[in-house]
Amino acid sequence: MTNFSAIFAGFGGQGVLFMGKVTAYVGLLLGKEVSWMPSYGPEMRGGTANCSVCISDTPIGSPVVTEPDALVAMNLPSYDKFLHSVKPGGLLIYDDSMFKPAASRDDIRAFALPATALASEEGLGGIANMIMLGRTLKEAGLAGLEIIEQAIEKSVPSSKPGMIEHNLRALKLGMN
Amino acid sequence: MQRLLMKGNEAIAEAAIKAGCRHFFGYPITPQNEVCAYMSRRMPQVEGVFLQAESEIAAISMVLGASAAGARAMTSSSSPGISLKTEGLSYIAGSDLPALIVNVQRGGPGLGTIQPAQSDYNQATKAPGHGDLRLLVFAPSTVQEMVDCVFETFDLTEKYRMPGMLLCDGLLGQMMEPVIFPEVEVTPSEKPWALTGHGDKRQPNIITSLNLDPELSQSANLARFERYAEIEKTQARAESLMTEDADIVVVAYGACARIARSAVSAARAEGIKAGMLRPITVWPFPTQQILAAGKSAKALLAVEMSMGQMVHDVRTAVQFKKPVHFFGRTGGVVPTPNEVLEQLKIIDGGLKA
Repeated sequence: MTNFSAIFAGFGGQGVLFMGKVTAYVGLLLGKEVSWMPSYGPEMRGGTANCSVCISDTPIGSPVVTEPDALVAMNLPSYDKFLHSVKPGGLLIYDDSMFKPAASRDDIRAFALPATALASEEGLGGIANMIMLGRTLKEAGLAGLEIIEQAIEKSVPSSKPGMIEHNLRALKLGMN
Repeated sequence: MQRLLMKGNEAIAEAAIKAGCRHFFGYPITPQNEVCAYMSRRMPQVEGVFLQAESEIAAISMVLGASAAGARAMTSSSSPGISLKTEGLSYIAGSDLPALIVNVQRGGPGLGTIQPAQSDYNQATKAPGHGDLRLLVFAPSTVQEMVDCVFETFDLTEKYRMPGMLLCDGLLGQMMEPVIFPEVEVTPSEKPWALTGHGDKRQPNIITSLNLDPELSQSANLARFERYAEIEKTQARAESLMTEDADIVVVAYGACARIARSAVSAARAEGIKAGMLRPITVWPFPTQQILAAGKSAKALLAVEMSMGQMVHDVRTAVQFKKPVHFFGRTGGVVPTPNEVLEQLKIIDGGLKA
C-alpha cells in the first residue's frame, strides 16, 4: 500500500466522522502521512455529514478527497452523491438495511452490508458504523487487527472507556 | 517524540501553551471554535487565563492589556471577527506591543460562509488597521507548520515589539494531521518596558498609542518602519519545490499550496515542467525568493482562495517582466488539484504554441 484515500458519508449521528478518525489513526500507527478532513457546516443529527481520509507514504496535498479509493455510504443521498467519484477498481461499502440504491457501477468492488439492522439485532444499536468500518478495513487490507484495535483505543474519548469493547465487537462482526 | 493526530485549531492552542502563553482572550466564531474550546479546557490546568470576552473588540483589548503587563497573550477569530479586532490591532501596533492573533479565515464579505477562504490576504498584509503599521504574518500550510509558526511568531513579535498573525483558513483549522510538538524550554524575553509596577525603584513605564505632537508621532512611526525594514530584509520565508528547471512556477500559500503541490506533481507526471514557490510569510512577502524562482520560468500562476489578492504581490515581485496568471475560487469554495492542473495545461499549451 502506498496511497489510500476514502470518503465516509452518511447522516449526522451515524458516526461517519468517527469511522474516518479510526482509519486516520490506523495510518498514524503505521507511521504514514495522514490527513482527516470533515465536512463542517450547520450539520446536525439528521443532516448530511462526511469526511475525507488520506494515508500516504509522501506528504499529502489536498486533504479533500475527490476520487476516493474507497467510499463508505451510510445513506442514500451520500451514495448518490459520491458513487461516481470512486476510482475505477475502487471499493464501495454501503448499508443496504438503510436504503436500496437504484444506481450502480460494474467497474468497482461493491459490497452491501445490512449494518444498521445487524447492529440492532446484536445489541450494538448506534454503532453500525464500526460494522461498516470492519468490512472496509478488511477489504482495503490496510492493516492487521492488532493495529486497528489500537486505533480504536486511541479514537474513543477517555471519558467513554466502555465504548472500546462495544466498538471492537462491532468491528469484528463487520470483518466476519 | 510522539506523533499526535490533532486538528489544526487544537494544535495552535496546544502550541501556544507550550510556547508559554498563559493569557487567551477570545470570542466564538466558526471555523476557529476549537481554539477557544481547547483553551478553555487546558488553560486552567496550567494556571493560565482563558477568558471568553463579551465581544471581539473586548478580547483584543484584553490582549493589549495583558501584553502591556509583559504577558505572552493571544486571541483568535475568523474573518468577520478579525475585522472587529482591527481597531485593537492598530492600538497594539501603535503601542509597540507584541501579541499573537490567529485568523482562521472563512469566505466573505460580510458574514459570508463558514467554509475556507483566503480573502483576508489584503487585510492582513496591507491594512490590518488604521494608520501606518505592519503586521508580521505567517501563512502555514500543514498542522505541523501551524505549531512551528506559533512558537516563531511569539518570539519574533517580542523581538520586534509588534503584533503578529497566523493567517490560516477553515481547511487547516478543521483538518487533522500528525504533529510533533518541539520539546523546548521557553525563556520569556526581557521586557524592561512592561508595566509591572515601578515600586519607586525606576521611572514609570508609559505605554500608549496616543501621540499628540506630530513630530513625536512621526519619529515613532519612523522608528517602527526601521524595524519593519529590517524584518523585510531578514524574515521573509518561502519554500521552493522543483522551481530550478520549471517553465511554470505556481505561487500559492497555506491550504492552496497543498492543492498546488498535488497539481504540480500531476503536471510533472504529464511532462509539464511545473514547480511551486510557497510563501511561508506573506508579510514580509518573499519577493526575492519569487524573483529567483521565476528567473528561468516562462510564466507564473498564482492560486488563491480569493478573487486574486496575493497575485498583485507576485507581479510586483517579478517586476512585471513575466506573465503572472491567476486562478482562484471564492466564497468558501476550495479549488481541486485537477482544476489547477487544467490551468497548468492551458498555460503550457500557450507556451508551446
